[in-house]
Amino acid sequence: MAITLRVNGRGLTAEVPPEMPLLWVLRDELGLKGTKFGCGVGACGACTVHIDGEATRACRTPVGTIGAREITTIEGLHAHPNGQALQAAWVAHDVPQCGYCQAGQMMTAAALLKDKAKPTREEIEGAMAGNLCRCGCYDRIQAAIGSAAGVEA
Amino acid sequence: MDVTTIDRRRLILSIGAAAGGGLALGYGFFTPGEAAAAASGAIGDYVVVAPDGAVILLAKSPEIGQGVKTLLPMIIAEEMDADWSRVRIEFAPVDAKYGDQSVGGSTTTPENYEPMRKVGAAARAVLVQAAAERWGVPAASLKTARGEVIDPASGRRLGYGELAAAAAKLPPPEPAKLVLKSPKDFTLLGTDQVGVDTPAVVHGEPIFGIDTELPGLEYAVYVKSPVPGAKLVSADLDAVRRQPGVTQVFALDGLAPPAGQQVGLAPGYAPGVAIIARNWWLANEARKVLNARWDESIGAGHSTDVYDAQAREILKGSGKVVSQHGDVDASLAGASKRVQAVYHAPFLAHLSLEPQNCTARPTADGGVELFAPTQVATDTRELTAKTLNLPLDKVVVHIRRSGGGFGRRLMADAPVEAAVIAMKAQKPVKLVWAREDDVAHDYYRPALWIALDAGLDAKGHVSAYRSHGVSFTRDGTKPTTGGGVFQDAVPGLLAGSARTEQSLMPTIIPTGWLRAPASNALSFVHEGFWDELAHAAGQDPIAFRLAHMRARIAAEAENSEEGEPKLKISRLAPVLELVAQRSGWANRQSLPHGVGMGVGCYFSHRGYFAEVAQVRVSQDGDWRVEKVWVVGDVGSIILNPLGARAQVAGSVVEGISHLRCAVEFKDGCTVPTNFPDFDLSRMPDAPQIDIHFLITDHPPTGLGEPALPPVIPAVVNAVYAASGARVRELPLTADRIKAALKTT
Ligand code: FES
Ligand code: FES
Repeated sequence: MAITLRVNGRGLTAEVPPEMPLLWVLRDELGLKGTKFGCGVGACGACTVHIDGEATRACRTPVGTIGAREITTIEGLHAHPNGQALQAAWVAHDVPQCGYCQAGQMMTAAALLKDKAKPTREEIEGAMAGNLCRCGCYDRIQAAIGSAAGVEA
Repeated sequence: MDVTTIDRRRLILSIGAAAGGGLALGYGFFTPGEAAAAASGAIGDYVVVAPDGAVILLAKSPEIGQGVKTLLPMIIAEEMDADWSRVRIEFAPVDAKYGDQSVGGSTTTPENYEPMRKVGAAARAVLVQAAAERWGVPAASLKTARGEVIDPASGRRLGYGELAAAAAKLPPPEPAKLVLKSPKDFTLLGTDQVGVDTPAVVHGEPIFGIDTELPGLEYAVYVKSPVPGAKLVSADLDAVRRQPGVTQVFALDGLAPPAGQQVGLAPGYAPGVAIIARNWWLANEARKVLNARWDESIGAGHSTDVYDAQAREILKGSGKVVSQHGDVDASLAGASKRVQAVYHAPFLAHLSLEPQNCTARPTADGGVELFAPTQVATDTRELTAKTLNLPLDKVVVHIRRSGGGFGRRLMADAPVEAAVIAMKAQKPVKLVWAREDDVAHDYYRPALWIALDAGLDAKGHVSAYRSHGVSFTRDGTKPTTGGGVFQDAVPGLLAGSARTEQSLMPTIIPTGWLRAPASNALSFVHEGFWDELAHAAGQDPIAFRLAHMRARIAAEAENSEEGEPKLKISRLAPVLELVAQRSGWANRQSLPHGVGMGVGCYFSHRGYFAEVAQVRVSQDGDWRVEKVWVVGDVGSIILNPLGARAQVAGSVVEGISHLRCAVEFKDGCTVPTNFPDFDLSRMPDAPQIDIHFLITDHPPTGLGEPALPPVIPAVVNAVYAASGARVRELPLTADRIKAALKTT
């Protein structure tokens, strides 16, 4: 079945079953591999994307349920209102170790900053708790979100 | 021209280097007629300089998040005085001339620091020589800085790019004649440098193994028995074949490794069913109708509760003596106080965030090409060749960035599976393990049980220290990989007499090295018991340790053959003293009710670390680490402080995960299946971390591991200080803390 998605401002079509998770449509059918597979069960946040601005687990989102809503992936983060500030902060703090979780971390952080321009330390912790980093970059994620938002983290 | 578009394999046509530990500087020349040859210069096996002065440096070792893809080229760039802002890094091809291209055991820094300096110094030497010849002045009169050769007498300058073509044709300098910088003249090493792939990461570029793309690529899952190595009895391959998008399905008998050895470390692979489809999700969906039945009889009785009962029975007796000094039995009999305890550390899984995967493509010459996120590129190549019965030169391995390793990717099982599947299918295939596969087919940190029996003399000094450890064996004699290393740890080493005994139980559970292998469990046991001994002696746990260390330091001074990488108490005591100061240990009595401090110090992987944890424990036994102070001695220079601090912070967070997790087995099958079954550290669990490096006059060593072991006992000891609960079994759950409160 041909499904057309709005991804990072473009219309993209894939010939896939509607129950196929967005994660695998992005990665294997549309060639957007920045969104990562960690668990497939919504438990790690590596696959986080935005659907109409809301942080969403792509591994748990059947592609047939999305319709005309706008999908933003890490490849489109730079166009998000907070995207470039987050990317710059991530580089300045050298947040990544292996880097595998970071697409999901940054997408969650961008959605947080859209809702709350100046989050507190606890609000950052609460928003980011679903994103696993096996390398333990949490202190730098916290600091980078703080600098992108212009608050003391 | 843009050198970044040139095929690396053609550019780096070089002759042996860094083989067998010593450094033979190889020189690369372009074959005549190559466009690249006219325009740019490959200097040795690691350095390419483009005419515009851009420099490509090759990183020989895999990157798993430990930072060596940044660090090794930094070392080269420092000695060659390259302009770091104009350096690009690529992985080296996997080739014998680069020596063993593996990463593990925090060995990359100590083993490559001097060789990479020499690579950089050699590149600098020929660039200077080329300038000297152009200007007709002695090379010794010239200087270099930020990618230029400078003639101080005349003020003339030439960029490396202008010299590269001439430099690349010069004979290599003799390694013995290379002049290395004095570290005080370093301008790059010792400064904070952002990871070379960080910009790509924040833009979501496809740089990981799992992101590999090839023309005509198809996607595979490999379904194996939940009991390791069990054979397939029956499966409905036809039903799978009918599933949408499925292109091939086949069962593989596997190839058993030599007796007593494990797949992934020896040639061979596990039996299973390969399902190949147009995309990975379709392949993984199709397995739902496979209906595979396996002969799981070999798993019977291999359950964690059975192991636990067996181990505790064994601990009632004695084991094989693996080391001893003094007369332990007499000292125990004559002790004024005896302290006894049994400690247990469970099986653990690695759980790197990028699941095991590898992409493989059959080549036109009958060989295979692998794109592998691996810690062992060299072994991956050799094991693939041996398993497929191919000559080594028909196996090409490309190193891809790994989404975490933690020792899991020291096993080449997934790459070998990918190669076998691609060869059988005769098409390019990306094999990706589902997370459930990754959890079910790990090489687990083996559990261990240790009974301890110590005696204190009248002065409160440890006069006797007996430890009897139980772990596993695969072949009936040797401990299985990653476990059973009951080496002398600090308390035993410092005691008046000590004996270490070992017993081994047979297992079929695959085991392996988990970040800071052996030390991550032994630190918990011995440093936890040390704390008990200090309290039994009525002394401050740090003062108690230091008092015992002082006597040993005196003995070390006389006994100088205890060289690197052996433990030197004279390096451990100073980090312990310093962490006491930095953490305000002396004032810990003023902490609020329910908050306590604990200490752990440990030597592993050539690094010396002491850590103090401040932990809050609630009435219900819930605990949270508020702050950890870390002091480490890894030698004379912290090569990239930004990366170094990240390794230490990550080790602390991972140590806290070790405290919270365990893997259970039932008749050879792994009980947990996916992340929800593991209480891994999340952002709210991460403590504040104060990191300090004590600079000492020793060669720099690695940081992937040594900061991890001490945090585990530090937290357990802090829980005791905060609540009075002495926990001797992990994971450190609220229930265990509450139970311990009742018995202590
Ligand atoms: S892959 Fe989607 S939450 Fe883990
Ligand atoms: S950086 Fe490795 S998992 Fe987060």
